[in-house]
Amino acid sequence: MSLLEFCRWLQYSAPLHTMRESPIFFPIVATIHLMGLALIGGAVLVVDLRLLGLALQNQPVAGLAHDAERWLFRGLVVMVTTGILLFMCFATKYYYLTFFWVKMAALIAVIVFTRSVHRRVALAKDEDVSPIRRKTVALVSMFLWTTVAVGGRYIGFP
Amino acid sequence: MSLLRLFEWLGDTSWSVALHESRYVFLLVLMIHVLTLSVFVGTALMIDLRLLGKTMTHVPVSQVVTRLMPWTEAGFLVMVVTGALLFYAAPVARYENIFFRFKMTALAMAAVNVWLFRFNVYRRVGEWDLDAVPPRRVRMVGALSLVLLALIITAGRMMAYQDYWFG
Repeated sequence: MSLLEFCRWLQYSAPLHTMRESPIFFPIVATIHLMGLALIGGAVLVVDLRLLGLALQNQPVAGLAHDAERWLFRGLVVMVTTGILLFMCFATKYYYLTFFWVKMAALIAVIVFTRSVHRRVALAKDEDVSPIRRKTVALVSMFLWTTVAVGGRYIGFP
Repeated sequence: MSLLRLFEWLGDTSWSVALHESRYVFLLVLMIHVLTLSVFVGTALMIDLRLLGKTMTHVPVSQVVTRLMPWTEAGFLVMVVTGALLFYAAPVARYENIFFRFKMTALAMAAVNVWLFRFNVYRRVGEWDLDAVPPRRVRMVGALSLVLLALIITAGRMMAYQDYWFG
Protein backbone atom coordinates (compact mmCIF):
# COMPACT_ATOMS: atom_id res chain seq x y z
CA MET A 1 0.00 0.00 0.00
CA SER A 2 1.48 3.34 -1.02
CA LEU A 3 1.45 6.36 1.29
CA LEU A 4 -1.27 7.99 -0.76
CA GLU A 5 -3.42 4.85 -0.58
CA PHE A 6 -2.87 4.79 3.16
CA CYS A 7 -4.00 8.45 3.41
CA ARG A 8 -7.07 7.62 1.37
CA TRP A 9 -7.91 4.61 3.49
CA LEU A 10 -7.45 6.72 6.65
CA GLN A 11 -9.54 9.61 5.44
CA TYR A 12 -12.44 7.49 4.18
CA SER A 13 -12.55 4.94 6.98
CA ALA A 14 -15.81 4.80 8.91
CA PRO A 15 -14.73 6.52 12.17
CA LEU A 16 -13.09 9.31 10.20
CA HIS A 17 -16.22 9.78 8.19
CA THR A 18 -18.14 10.27 11.42
CA MET A 19 -15.53 12.69 12.77
CA ARG A 20 -15.61 14.82 9.64
CA GLU A 21 -19.38 14.83 9.57
CA SER A 22 -19.44 16.24 13.09
CA PRO A 23 -19.53 20.04 12.94
CA ILE A 24 -17.63 20.43 16.21
CA PHE A 25 -15.00 17.67 16.18
CA PHE A 26 -12.44 19.42 13.98
CA PRO A 27 -12.83 22.88 15.63
CA ILE A 28 -12.44 21.42 19.12
CA VAL A 29 -9.38 19.34 18.22
CA ALA A 30 -7.88 22.36 16.41
CA THR A 31 -8.44 24.47 19.54
CA ILE A 32 -6.64 21.94 21.76
CA HIS A 33 -3.88 21.85 19.12
CA LEU A 34 -3.50 25.64 19.58
CA MET A 35 -3.29 25.24 23.36
CA GLY A 36 -0.48 22.77 22.76
CA LEU A 37 1.24 25.44 20.66
CA ALA A 38 1.14 27.80 23.65
CA LEU A 39 2.57 25.15 25.98
CA ILE A 40 5.42 24.25 23.62
CA GLY A 41 6.03 27.96 22.97
CA GLY A 42 6.38 28.66 26.68
CA ALA A 43 8.64 25.68 27.39
CA VAL A 44 10.89 26.43 24.40
CA LEU A 45 11.08 30.18 25.03
CA VAL A 46 12.04 29.88 28.70
CA VAL A 47 15.13 27.84 27.77
CA ASP A 48 16.04 29.51 24.47
CA LEU A 49 15.61 33.08 25.76
CA ARG A 50 17.79 32.12 28.70
CA LEU A 51 20.42 30.65 26.35
CA LEU A 52 20.33 33.93 24.43
CA GLY A 53 20.74 35.86 27.68
CA LEU A 54 17.37 37.57 27.25
CA ALA A 55 15.42 36.16 30.19
CA LEU A 56 16.14 34.82 33.69
CA GLN A 57 19.84 35.67 33.27
CA ASN A 58 20.78 34.97 36.88
CA GLN A 59 19.45 31.41 36.86
CA PRO A 60 21.61 28.48 35.73
CA VAL A 61 20.39 27.15 32.37
CA ALA A 62 20.45 23.52 33.51
CA GLY A 63 17.78 23.97 36.19
CA LEU A 64 15.44 25.80 33.83
CA ALA A 65 16.02 23.29 31.04
CA HIS A 66 15.35 20.41 33.39
CA ASP A 67 12.00 21.95 34.44
CA ALA A 68 10.98 23.01 30.96
CA GLU A 69 11.71 19.59 29.48
CA ARG A 70 8.75 18.04 31.26
CA TRP A 71 6.37 20.71 29.96
CA LEU A 72 7.81 20.50 26.47
CA PHE A 73 7.14 16.77 26.49
CA ARG A 74 3.55 17.30 27.67
CA GLY A 75 3.05 19.94 25.01
CA LEU A 76 4.38 17.56 22.37
CA VAL A 77 2.03 14.78 23.50
CA VAL A 78 -0.93 17.18 23.14
CA MET A 79 0.31 18.45 19.78
CA VAL A 80 1.06 15.07 18.22
CA THR A 81 -2.17 13.46 19.43
CA THR A 82 -4.39 16.29 18.20
CA GLY A 83 -2.19 16.73 15.10
CA ILE A 84 -2.71 13.10 14.06
CA LEU A 85 -6.49 13.51 14.48
CA LEU A 86 -6.45 16.70 12.37
CA PHE A 87 -4.32 14.95 9.76
CA MET A 88 -6.67 11.99 9.58
CA CYS A 89 -9.64 14.24 8.85
CA PHE A 90 -8.10 15.53 5.63
CA ALA A 91 -5.17 13.18 5.01
CA THR A 92 -5.19 13.38 1.21
CA LYS A 93 -5.29 17.20 1.25
CA TYR A 94 -2.14 17.33 3.40
CA TYR A 95 -0.46 14.61 1.35
CA TYR A 96 -0.39 16.97 -1.62
CA LEU A 97 0.79 20.04 0.29
CA THR A 98 4.57 20.60 0.11
CA PHE A 99 4.37 22.67 3.30
CA PHE A 100 2.97 19.73 5.21
CA TRP A 101 6.10 17.72 4.41
CA VAL A 102 8.31 20.72 5.22
CA LYS A 103 6.56 20.91 8.58
CA MET A 104 7.05 17.19 9.27
CA ALA A 105 10.73 17.37 8.29
CA ALA A 106 11.26 20.42 10.55
CA LEU A 107 9.39 18.68 13.37
CA ILE A 108 11.58 15.58 13.19
CA ALA A 109 14.69 17.76 12.88
CA VAL A 110 13.80 19.86 15.92
CA ILE A 111 12.96 16.85 18.07
CA VAL A 112 16.28 15.18 17.18
CA PHE A 113 18.13 18.48 17.69
CA THR A 114 16.42 19.16 21.05
CA ARG A 115 17.16 15.67 22.35
CA SER A 116 20.82 15.78 21.31
CA VAL A 117 22.77 19.01 20.80
CA HIS A 118 20.29 21.36 22.47
CA ARG A 119 19.90 19.15 25.51
CA ARG A 120 23.64 18.68 25.95
CA VAL A 121 24.25 22.44 25.83
CA ALA A 122 21.26 23.33 28.02
CA LEU A 123 22.03 20.80 30.73
CA ALA A 124 25.78 21.55 30.83
CA LYS A 125 27.23 23.77 33.55
CA ASP A 126 27.08 27.40 32.46
CA GLU A 127 30.86 27.84 32.47
CA ASP A 128 31.42 24.75 30.27
CA VAL A 129 29.72 26.19 27.19
CA SER A 130 30.85 29.25 25.25
CA PRO A 131 28.21 32.00 24.90
CA ILE A 132 28.43 31.84 21.12
CA ARG A 133 27.67 28.12 21.09
CA ARG A 134 24.80 28.62 23.52
CA LYS A 135 23.30 31.37 21.36
CA THR A 136 23.70 29.43 18.13
CA VAL A 137 21.93 26.42 19.61
CA ALA A 138 19.07 28.63 20.84
CA LEU A 139 18.69 30.32 17.44
CA VAL A 140 18.66 26.99 15.57
CA SER A 141 16.05 25.66 17.99
CA MET A 142 13.84 28.76 17.63
CA PHE A 143 14.22 28.74 13.84
CA LEU A 144 13.18 25.08 13.57
CA TRP A 145 10.20 25.50 15.91
CA THR A 146 9.11 28.59 13.97
CA THR A 147 9.28 26.59 10.73
CA VAL A 148 7.04 23.94 12.28
CA ALA A 149 4.56 26.60 13.46
CA VAL A 150 4.51 28.56 10.19
CA GLY A 151 4.06 25.30 8.27
CA GLY A 152 1.18 24.42 10.57
CA ARG A 153 -0.58 27.72 9.98
CA TYR A 154 0.14 27.61 6.26
CA ILE A 155 -1.41 24.18 5.65
CA GLY A 156 -4.61 25.38 7.31
CA PHE A 157 -5.12 28.22 4.85
CA PRO A 158 -7.88 27.84 2.27
CA MET B 1 -23.76 57.16 16.77
CA SER B 2 -24.30 53.53 17.66
CA LEU B 3 -21.40 51.08 17.67
CA LEU B 4 -22.86 49.27 14.68
CA ARG B 5 -23.02 52.49 12.64
CA LEU B 6 -19.47 53.30 13.67
CA PHE B 7 -18.23 49.89 12.50
CA GLU B 8 -20.22 50.16 9.28
CA TRP B 9 -18.45 53.43 8.58
CA LEU B 10 -15.09 51.91 9.57
CA GLY B 11 -15.65 48.95 7.25
CA ASP B 12 -16.34 51.31 4.35
CA THR B 13 -13.03 53.14 4.68
CA SER B 14 -10.74 52.37 1.77
CA TRP B 15 -7.96 50.81 3.88
CA SER B 16 -10.42 48.44 5.52
CA VAL B 17 -11.72 47.32 2.13
CA ALA B 18 -8.16 46.98 0.82
CA LEU B 19 -7.11 44.85 3.79
CA HIS B 20 -10.25 42.74 3.53
CA GLU B 21 -9.71 42.09 -0.16
CA SER B 22 -5.95 41.60 -0.04
CA ARG B 23 -5.49 37.88 0.12
CA TYR B 24 -1.87 37.75 1.22
CA VAL B 25 -1.55 40.71 3.60
CA PHE B 26 -4.63 39.56 5.47
CA LEU B 27 -3.35 35.98 5.74
CA LEU B 28 0.08 37.26 6.83
CA VAL B 29 -1.49 39.32 9.62
CA LEU B 30 -3.58 36.31 10.62
CA MET B 31 -0.49 34.10 10.69
CA ILE B 32 1.42 36.56 12.89
CA HIS B 33 -1.62 36.82 15.20
CA VAL B 34 -1.91 33.05 15.60
CA LEU B 35 1.80 32.30 15.94
CA THR B 36 2.44 35.08 18.48
CA LEU B 37 0.15 33.06 20.69
CA SER B 38 3.19 30.92 21.45
CA VAL B 39 5.02 33.98 22.86
CA PHE B 40 2.13 35.71 24.62
CA VAL B 41 0.26 32.72 26.03
CA GLY B 42 3.43 30.63 26.20
CA THR B 43 5.26 32.95 28.61
CA ALA B 44 2.07 33.83 30.53
CA LEU B 45 1.49 30.10 30.97
CA MET B 46 4.98 29.57 32.39
CA ILE B 47 4.40 32.41 34.90
CA ASP B 48 1.05 30.85 35.86
CA LEU B 49 2.62 27.42 36.28
CA ARG B 50 5.20 28.99 38.61
CA LEU B 51 2.38 30.62 40.62
CA LEU B 52 0.82 27.16 40.87
CA GLY B 53 4.14 25.65 42.01
CA LYS B 54 4.30 23.36 38.96
CA THR B 55 7.57 24.51 37.40
CA MET B 56 10.81 26.39 38.18
CA THR B 57 10.05 25.91 41.88
CA HIS B 58 13.66 26.68 42.83
CA VAL B 59 13.46 30.09 41.11
CA PRO B 60 11.95 32.94 43.18
CA VAL B 61 8.48 33.89 41.90
CA SER B 62 9.50 37.54 41.58
CA GLN B 63 12.31 36.56 39.19
CA VAL B 64 10.04 34.48 36.99
CA VAL B 65 7.54 37.35 36.90
CA THR B 66 9.96 40.22 36.28
CA ARG B 67 12.11 38.34 33.76
CA LEU B 68 9.35 36.73 31.72
CA MET B 69 6.67 39.43 31.90
CA PRO B 70 8.41 41.74 29.37
CA TRP B 71 8.08 38.92 26.82
CA THR B 72 4.44 38.41 27.71
CA GLU B 73 3.89 42.14 27.26
CA ALA B 74 5.75 42.23 23.94
CA GLY B 75 3.69 39.27 22.73
CA PHE B 76 0.51 40.96 23.91
CA LEU B 77 1.39 44.13 22.03
CA VAL B 78 1.80 42.15 18.78
CA MET B 79 -1.48 40.35 19.51
CA VAL B 80 -3.34 43.64 20.00
CA VAL B 81 -1.89 45.30 16.90
CA THR B 82 -2.52 42.32 14.60
CA GLY B 83 -5.88 41.69 16.29
CA ALA B 84 -6.92 45.30 15.69
CA LEU B 85 -5.97 44.92 12.01
CA LEU B 86 -8.02 41.72 11.72
CA PHE B 87 -10.94 43.58 13.30
CA TYR B 88 -10.41 46.56 11.01
CA ALA B 89 -10.55 44.29 7.94
CA ALA B 90 -14.17 43.34 8.71
CA PRO B 91 -15.53 45.42 11.61
CA VAL B 92 -19.21 44.56 11.25
CA ALA B 93 -18.61 40.83 10.84
CA ARG B 94 -16.40 40.79 13.95
CA TYR B 95 -18.82 42.93 15.94
CA GLU B 96 -21.67 40.57 15.09
CA ASN B 97 -19.63 37.46 15.81
CA ILE B 98 -20.81 35.91 19.08
CA PHE B 99 -17.40 34.32 19.71
CA PHE B 100 -15.68 37.67 19.21
CA ARG B 101 -17.86 39.18 21.93
CA PHE B 102 -17.16 36.20 24.13
CA LYS B 103 -13.43 36.56 23.49
CA MET B 104 -13.44 40.29 24.36
CA THR B 105 -15.35 39.51 27.57
CA ALA B 106 -12.82 36.84 28.57
CA LEU B 107 -10.00 39.27 27.68
CA ALA B 108 -11.50 41.94 29.94
CA MET B 109 -11.79 39.38 32.76
CA ALA B 110 -8.16 38.38 32.22
CA ALA B 111 -7.19 42.06 32.47
CA VAL B 112 -9.01 42.34 35.80
CA ASN B 113 -7.20 39.20 36.96
CA VAL B 114 -3.80 40.68 36.00
CA TRP B 115 -4.73 43.93 37.75
CA LEU B 116 -5.75 41.99 40.86
CA PHE B 117 -2.42 40.17 40.76
CA ARG B 118 -0.26 43.26 40.27
CA PHE B 119 -1.90 45.61 42.73
CA ASN B 120 -3.03 43.20 45.36
CA VAL B 121 -1.61 39.67 45.51
CA TYR B 122 1.87 40.43 44.12
CA ARG B 123 2.46 43.32 46.55
CA ARG B 124 3.23 40.85 49.31
CA VAL B 125 5.45 38.66 47.13
CA GLY B 126 8.22 38.98 49.74
CA GLU B 127 6.27 36.68 52.07
CA TRP B 128 6.11 33.77 49.57
CA ASP B 129 8.74 34.60 46.95
CA LEU B 130 10.82 31.52 47.72
CA ASP B 131 7.93 29.10 48.33
CA ALA B 132 7.99 26.12 46.00
CA VAL B 133 4.20 26.19 46.15
CA PRO B 134 2.85 29.70 46.84
CA PRO B 135 -0.19 30.31 49.11
CA ARG B 136 -3.70 29.48 48.02
CA ARG B 137 -4.76 32.97 46.88
CA VAL B 138 -1.70 33.17 44.61
CA ARG B 139 -2.49 29.77 43.12
CA MET B 140 -6.08 30.90 42.55
CA VAL B 141 -4.87 33.82 40.42
CA GLY B 142 -2.62 31.49 38.41
CA ALA B 143 -5.38 28.94 37.87
CA LEU B 144 -7.91 31.62 36.89
CA SER B 145 -5.42 33.04 34.42
CA LEU B 146 -4.97 29.61 32.80
CA VAL B 147 -8.72 29.12 32.49
CA LEU B 148 -9.21 32.58 30.97
CA LEU B 149 -6.37 32.08 28.49
CA ALA B 150 -7.92 28.77 27.43
CA LEU B 151 -11.29 30.51 26.94
CA ILE B 152 -9.68 33.29 24.89
CA ILE B 153 -7.96 30.74 22.62
CA THR B 154 -11.17 28.72 22.25
CA ALA B 155 -13.33 31.75 21.46
CA GLY B 156 -10.72 33.05 19.01
CA ARG B 157 -10.59 29.73 17.15
CA MET B 158 -14.39 29.39 17.11
CA MET B 159 -14.82 32.83 15.50
CA ALA B 160 -14.08 31.16 12.16
CA TYR B 161 -17.07 28.83 12.56
CA GLN B 162 -19.85 31.33 13.32
CA ASP B 163 -21.20 31.32 9.76
CA TYR B 164 -20.72 27.58 9.40
CA TRP B 165 -22.68 26.83 12.57
CA PHE B 166 -25.27 29.60 12.68
CA GLY B 167 -25.15 31.12 9.20
